[in-house]
Amino acid sequence: MAFYVVQFLTGLASAASLFLVASGLSIIFGVTRIVNFAHGAFYMIGAYIAFTLTERLSGAFGFWGSIVLAALAVAMIGVIVEMVLLRRIYHAPELFQLLATFGLTLMVEDLVVLIWGPDDLVGRRAPGFRGAIDFFGQNIPSYDLFLIVLGPVVLGILWLLFQRTRWGVLVRAATQDRDMVAALGVNQKWLFTSVFAVGVFLAALGGALQIPRDAVHHAMDLRIIVEVFVVVVIGGLGSIVGAFVAAVLVSELNAFGILIFPKISIILVFLVMAVVLIVRPWGLFGKPEAAARKTPGLTVNPWRPLTSNERLAAVAALVVAAMLPLFAGNYLLTVGSEIAIFVIFAVSLHFLMSVGGLASFGHAAYFGLGAYGIAFLAKMAGLPMIVCLLLGPLLGCMGAAVFGFFAVQLSGVYFAMLTLAFAQIVWSIAFQWVSVTGGDNGILGLWPSSWAASPSHFYWLALGVAALVTVALRAMVFSPFGYALRATRDSLLRSEAVGINAKRIQWTAFVIAGTTAGIGGALFAYLKGSVFPDNLGISLSVDALVMVLLGGVETVSGAVIGAIVYKALNIWLVSQTDLSKLVLGGFIMLIVVVFPKGIVGMLEMLAQRRRKSSPPGSPLLAKPIESAE
Amino acid sequence: MKLTVQDLNSHYGPAHILFDIGFEVGEGEVVALLGRNGAGKSTTFRSIVGLVAQRSGRIMFEGKDVSAKPTHEIVREGLGYVPEERRIFTDLTVEENLEVGRQPKRPNAPHWTREKLFALFPNLGEMKNRPGGRMSGGEQQMLTIARTLMGNPSLVLLDEPSEGLSPKIVEQMVDAILTMKKEGVSIVVSEQNLHFARLISDRAYIIERGRICFGGTMAELDARPDIRDAHLSL
Repeated sequence: MAFYVVQFLTGLASAASLFLVASGLSIIFGVTRIVNFAHGAFYMIGAYIAFTLTERLSGAFGFWGSIVLAALAVAMIGVIVEMVLLRRIYHAPELFQLLATFGLTLMVEDLVVLIWGPDDLVGRRAPGFRGAIDFFGQNIPSYDLFLIVLGPVVLGILWLLFQRTRWGVLVRAATQDRDMVAALGVNQKWLFTSVFAVGVFLAALGGALQIPRDAVHHAMDLRIIVEVFVVVVIGGLGSIVGAFVAAVLVSELNAFGILIFPKISIILVFLVMAVVLIVRPWGLFGKPEAAARKTPGLTVNPWRPLTSNERLAAVAALVVAAMLPLFAGNYLLTVGSEIAIFVIFAVSLHFLMSVGGLASFGHAAYFGLGAYGIAFLAKMAGLPMIVCLLLGPLLGCMGAAVFGFFAVQLSGVYFAMLTLAFAQIVWSIAFQWVSVTGGDNGILGLWPSSWAASPSHFYWLALGVAALVTVALRAMVFSPFGYALRATRDSLLRSEAVGINAKRIQWTAFVIAGTTAGIGGALFAYLKGSVFPDNLGISLSVDALVMVLLGGVETVSGAVIGAIVYKALNIWLVSQTDLSKLVLGGFIMLIVVVFPKGIVGMLEMLAQRRRKSSPPGSPLLAKPIESAE
Repeated sequence: MKLTVQDLNSHYGPAHILFDIGFEVGEGEVVALLGRNGAGKSTTFRSIVGLVAQRSGRIMFEGKDVSAKPTHEIVREGLGYVPEERRIFTDLTVEENLEVGRQPKRPNAPHWTREKLFALFPNLGEMKNRPGGRMSGGEQQMLTIARTLMGNPSLVLLDEPSEGLSPKIVEQMVDAILTMKKEGVSIVVSEQNLHFARLISDRAYIIERGRICFGGTMAELDARPDIRDAHLSL
C-alpha cells in the first residue's frame, strides 16, 4: 500500500513542472493564438542556465536565487524572440507559426550543445530539501514534497493575477477578442509581449526546478513538449485549471502506467486522451473554438486541371528524370531515389494539408509505419519484395485509420498537436518495445530482390511510383471526392449543410495520405536496407512540412519541387556542417517570414505581375484574409 | 471640425468596398450615417479606427491626421468606437468589461466613472458581477456603450445602436445618446432606422454601395423624399 502512495506522490511531484510549462503554453496561446512549439526549448534553456548559475552561486540564496534568475533571464530571451520573430507572423496561418517556432527549437538544440556540450549535466540538490522522508518503509524525497506544494501555490498565484489585476483582466479580454481590446485603446503589442514573457517565465521555471531531480540534456525539449501537448489537449487549450488537472492526470498515468505496462507505458496516456477527445473534443476545461482560421491556404487561388502544354511539360520533366541513370553514378542515383521517395511523402502530406486543410505535424508516423511494415513482412514473414511492397504500406494505412479517426474530430492547432502526439507515441513504441522493433538498434538487413537491386533499377522503381502517386493524388483533387474534401476545408458547416459527411471525408483523406506516406516509407526501408525509430520521428514530420511549404502550399507541383530542392539541400548541408539543425532552423524561419508562398507561389506571382501592372499591396508577404461583412 | 474624413477608400482582399467617402462632424454634433444593410456603414467606422488593413485617405481628428496610426493610438486620442456586433467580453463580468475600456481622464472630454455610467444605464448597476455572456441583447448593447465611454472619448462612433432591440430599450438608448450629447460628446451614429436617427441627429449622410450620396440637415433630408426613398428602406 505504502508503495502505491509513494508512487502517487512521485506522480504529483512530476506534475508540478509539467503544469508550469503547460500553463505557460496555454496563456500564450490564449492571447496570441500561437502554439509556441519553442516552449520546450525555453524549458530546456531554463534548466541549462539554472545549472550554470547554481554551480557559480553558493548557499541557499544562491540556489533559489539562481532558479528565479534563470527563469527571468529566459523570459528576457522570450521577449526578444517575441519582438523579433513572432510580431511578424501573428497574422500568418497557424501552420506557419508552428513551423517558425519549431525552427527556433532546432536552433536552440544545436546552440545548447555548442554552449554546454553534448553530455548530461547533473545539477545540485536543493538546500534544505536534500534528504528523504520515511513513509512506512518507503522513501519520499523531500524535494518532491516541495514540488507537490508548489504546483497548487503557482495555480493560486496565477488565479489571483488573472482575476485581481488590470493586466489579468486585459489578458482575459484579449483571449476572447483581440481587435476589440485594441479598439478600446489597449496597446496589443505590449500586452502580447508581456504575456509571452510570463508564459516563457513559467516554462523556464519548470525547467530550472527540474535540475535537482533530473539530469539536464539537450533532448529534454522534445520530451516535455510532447507531454505538454498531451496535457493541453486533455485539459483544454487556454485553461489554466485544465492544465493543472491534466498535468496531474498525465503524471499519475505515467507513474502507474510504468507498473502496468513497463515497456509501453505511454499507451495508458494515449487511451485516456482518446477517451477525453471522444467525450469532450475541446478538452476537459476547454471551450469549443469559434470557426478556426482557414489553415494553410494564403489566397483563394482556385485549382484547375493542367492544360495540355503543362501536361507535356510534366511528361518531359519525367522523361528527363528517367534518363538520369544514363550518365549518373551510383551515389547520385541513390540520392535520386531518396528524393523520389520524399516526393511521395511530400505529395501525400500536401494532399492532406492543402487539399484537405488538415496540417499534420506527425505525418512521419505513417511513413515510418510503412517502413516497419516492410521490416516485419520481409524479416519475420520472409515474404518477397513485390508482396512486401504491396502489403507494407497497409501498416501505415491502419495507423492512419486509427489515429486519423481521433485527429479529424479536431481542427486547426488541436489537430496539429494531436497528430504530433500520436506520431510521438508511435515513435515511443518503436523505441521502447525492443523485443519487436529492435528499439534504438532498428531492424537491419532489408534488401531489395535482385530485379530492383541495382541502383538504376531501384531509381526507376522509385521514380515510377512517385510519378504514379503524384498523378493519382492530383486526379483525386478533381474527383467528386476531391470537391467534397475541398468543401470541408473551406467551410465545414456549409459542407455539412449540403449533405457532405465532413468527418468521414476528412478521415478518408487522412487514410489516403497515410497510406501514400506508407508507400514512401516502404520504398525507403528498401533503399536504406534498415528501419529505425527516426523514420517516424518529429524531425521527419517537420521535413515534410518544410518541403511542402518551401515549394508552396497552393499547388501540387509546389510539393514536388519543394521535396526535390529541400532534400537535395539537406543532403548537401549534412555533408558540409555539424550544425545542420542550426542552419535548418534558421532556414525554416526565413521561409516563413520572407517567402510564405514558397518557390512555386513566388514564380506564379512574378509571372502574374509581369502580366498585370501592379497587384494591390505587397505581394510577397502573407496578408490576413479578411472576411467582408 | 471635430472629425473630417476625406477620400476614404477601403478594400477587403480584392473587393473594393468604400469609394472616396468624405464627411464632417462638428464639435458636439450628432451626425447620422444612414444606409441599407451592406451599404458600407460598418466598414466606414472600422476604417476610421484602423481595423481595416487596406485603406487609404485622410482622417483628421481634432486637427490631427490619425489615418496612419494603429487602432489603439487612434482610440487613445479620444475617438471611441462601439461596434455593431456588440462584442462584449462574455467571460468577463460587467465591471471587468468596463475595466478593459478604462483610460485616463482627458481635458477636452467629459469624464465618466462607473457610478456615472451606472446612473446612465441603471440595468448595468444591478448586475455588476454578471458575466457578459449571461445578459440580454439590450443589456449587452448598453454595456458596449458604457465600456467605450470608460475611455472618456470626445467623439464616439456608434454602429447601429438600435439594431435588434425592443422598442422600450430603444427609448432608453435615445435617452442615453441625448445625455451623452448634453455632456459634450460628439457622436456619429450609423442607422438603417430613419425614425431613430431623426430623434437624435443634427445632420445626416446617406451611404449607398460604398459612396456618400447625400449630406445635409435632417430638415433638408425630409425635403427630399426622392433621395430618402431611393436609398433607405423604411
